Amino acid sequence: MRKLIEGSMAVSESVRLCRPHVIAAYPITPQTHIVEFLSQMVADGDLKSEFINVESEFGAASVVLGASAVGARAYSATTSQGLLLMSEVIYNIAGMRLPLVITIANRSVSAPISIWNDHSDVVVLRDSGLITLFAENAQELMDIHPQAYKIAENPEVSLPVSVNMDGFILTHAFEPVEMLDQKFVDEFLPPFEPVHKLDVENPITMGLLAEPTWYMETRYKLKETMEDAIPIIENVAEEFKEKTGRWFGGLIDTYRMEDAEIAIVGMGSLIGTLKDVVDTLRAKGEKVGVLKIRSFRPFPKEKIREICSEINQLVVFDKSYSLGLGTILQEELRACFYRQKHQPLVSGFVVGLGGRDIPPQSIIDCYNETKGKEILDEFVDINEEAVGRR
Amino acid sequence: MAETTKKRKPKPPVTESLLTSGHRACAGCGESLGAKLVIDAAGPNTIVTTCTGCLEVFSTPYPESAWRVPWIHSLFENSSAVAAGVEAGLKALGKKEGINVIAQGGDGGTADIGIGCLSGMLERNHEVLYVCYDNEAYMNTGVQRSGLTPFDTHTTTSPSGKKSFGNQHPKKPLLEIVAAHNIPYATSATVGYPADLQLKVKKALKEKGATFIHLHVPCPLGWVYNTELTIEIARLAVQTGLFPLVEFKWGKVTRVRKITRERKPVEEYLKHQGRYRHLFASEEGKKEIKKIQAIADANIEKYGLV
Repeated sequence: MRKLIEGSMAVSESVRLCRPHVIAAYPITPQTHIVEFLSQMVADGDLKSEFINVESEFGAASVVLGASAVGARAYSATTSQGLLLMSEVIYNIAGMRLPLVITIANRSVSAPISIWNDHSDVVVLRDSGLITLFAENAQELMDIHPQAYKIAENPEVSLPVSVNMDGFILTHAFEPVEMLDQKFVDEFLPPFEPVHKLDVENPITMGLLAEPTWYMETRYKLKETMEDAIPIIENVAEEFKEKTGRWFGGLIDTYRMEDAEIAIVGMGSLIGTLKDVVDTLRAKGEKVGVLKIRSFRPFPKEKIREICSEINQLVVFDKSYSLGLGTILQEELRACFYRQKHQPLVSGFVVGLGGRDIPPQSIIDCYNETKGKEILDEFVDINEEAVGRR
Repeated sequence: MAETTKKRKPKPPVTESLLTSGHRACAGCGESLGAKLVIDAAGPNTIVTTCTGCLEVFSTPYPESAWRVPWIHSLFENSSAVAAGVEAGLKALGKKEGINVIAQGGDGGTADIGIGCLSGMLERNHEVLYVCYDNEAYMNTGVQRSGLTPFDTHTTTSPSGKKSFGNQHPKKPLLEIVAAHNIPYATSATVGYPADLQLKVKKALKEKGATFIHLHVPCPLGWVYNTELTIEIARLAVQTGLFPLVEFKWGKVTRVRKITRERKPVEEYLKHQGRYRHLFASEEGKKEIKKIQAIADANIEKYGLV
């Protein structure tokens, strides 16, 4: 069934079908609609979950941690400052190998305070052990949550998974969405069978102190698990495709890359704009395609190298910036090709920080400017006069 | 050791406690004693969450654990929120019936850094017993001042000196803050009176809502006293009026431990402890003791302890 619904409704409907036992969340714009819809579903009896209205995002993450530890399927949603407040707990959830799903309505980070979209929030957690997936549109948001639980709860993974969606652009926009149904999701996503759980019949201790004799080993196992998650993410997306015919990529996705010489790269809702831009450029005879990074963590280095084996240049559009280093996605893609046989040129542009609009023409201008030469750290469409740019 | 040929009956286990012996707590540790009394009163059908701190460190250094019940430590400030998640998870799975959930933390993890999560758990009235092990400073990190450190106490971050008698703030009224959440049951208790403590644990676990025990646990290392004095010092805190034993139901005082016959001046409590040594070293210090006596007197009057 196809319905015209808001992105946040696609998320909450998808989460409902995953039958979470416990939901804990604290309101923060632009995540609010998701948890409002979910609490209404609980109030109407359409979703049998314990919905916990917590006192902070720190509390939200701690509640879902505790729920997951007893073997309950747990869910939260947040963004921006809320995600930063959760960050201590998210490291802990990953370190304790507790699977759960968090939707992040990506928003910029204060100061100055801004409620609008970019990816500055989630990139902060790139070293935390949180599997980080980016969705492109409302349909993918409908489809990705059962996949996210399936990845998280795979005993070989047993880690938290974040589904990232651009704040307002996806949370508040209405799109036609092919709805999933309960029968399908129940078949696709089996009940959660935790690897370990708190159980009075079989008492175990979780969250022990690791002295220098043991700490490094736990981090090593996390490193291995992130590597093991790479084929699992791909396989789960493949299985979903087989059953529904829908494909938004596994670790990555590509658009018109078959004979491309240049790849334009991005994450999240920007992919839609990039596809339009590529159509325009193709019409003018440019050999260009889109590389969508769907899994930011684990970062699919080999898959990217493989798909870029014939690509001369990557033009990367980042919605985040590592102050003192450079654009984050661009730096990571560049590192992918270090000392490889094939080393494409890599350019990196900063776009859309704090919700700045990203018109297709700006992407085209960047493309034309950088074609054949490296440009780095270019802040696109900033007010030159205001910043007195050097 | 030479083997003996004489056949002996197998010895009964040294301990049947759910917090086994062999952990790394200091000799005379009031907190380890308190934790043992609490979990043994609660019994094996209990899931425990614990804040970062001495109790967590001394009982669970990987690959060892002293806990014979399911036990989880997450972070310093969230044992109450994790317990709320445990309770909600069990409820949603239909497994809550007959299972106790106990959250534990020290004075810092409860009254300072963890008070936000604690307040949330209490306000939502989760079926969780929270036990605050109050040894009146951050002992795990080396005796730094917390919000529950008493007035004029020497700690490493509120030291006594030429111009200071130590911590200049009175103890945060934690039990009253908790009771003000209008929860079914909140009480203070002490390892000085183990039977009373265990009775209160059982009482708390009968309630279908959030309950709280503010448990006074002397610390020989941080309070600087001889290890054999833990129980005596714990009792003196009660008998002087400095740590009143008060029970609240739904925010109202329902019962206090009277100290009419055993009432003692605060010097009797302070004199055993190195953390108050500076008060006995000068005439000005002795004036400070009068201020501490005034705090005890105010407690006695407020709760009608005599």
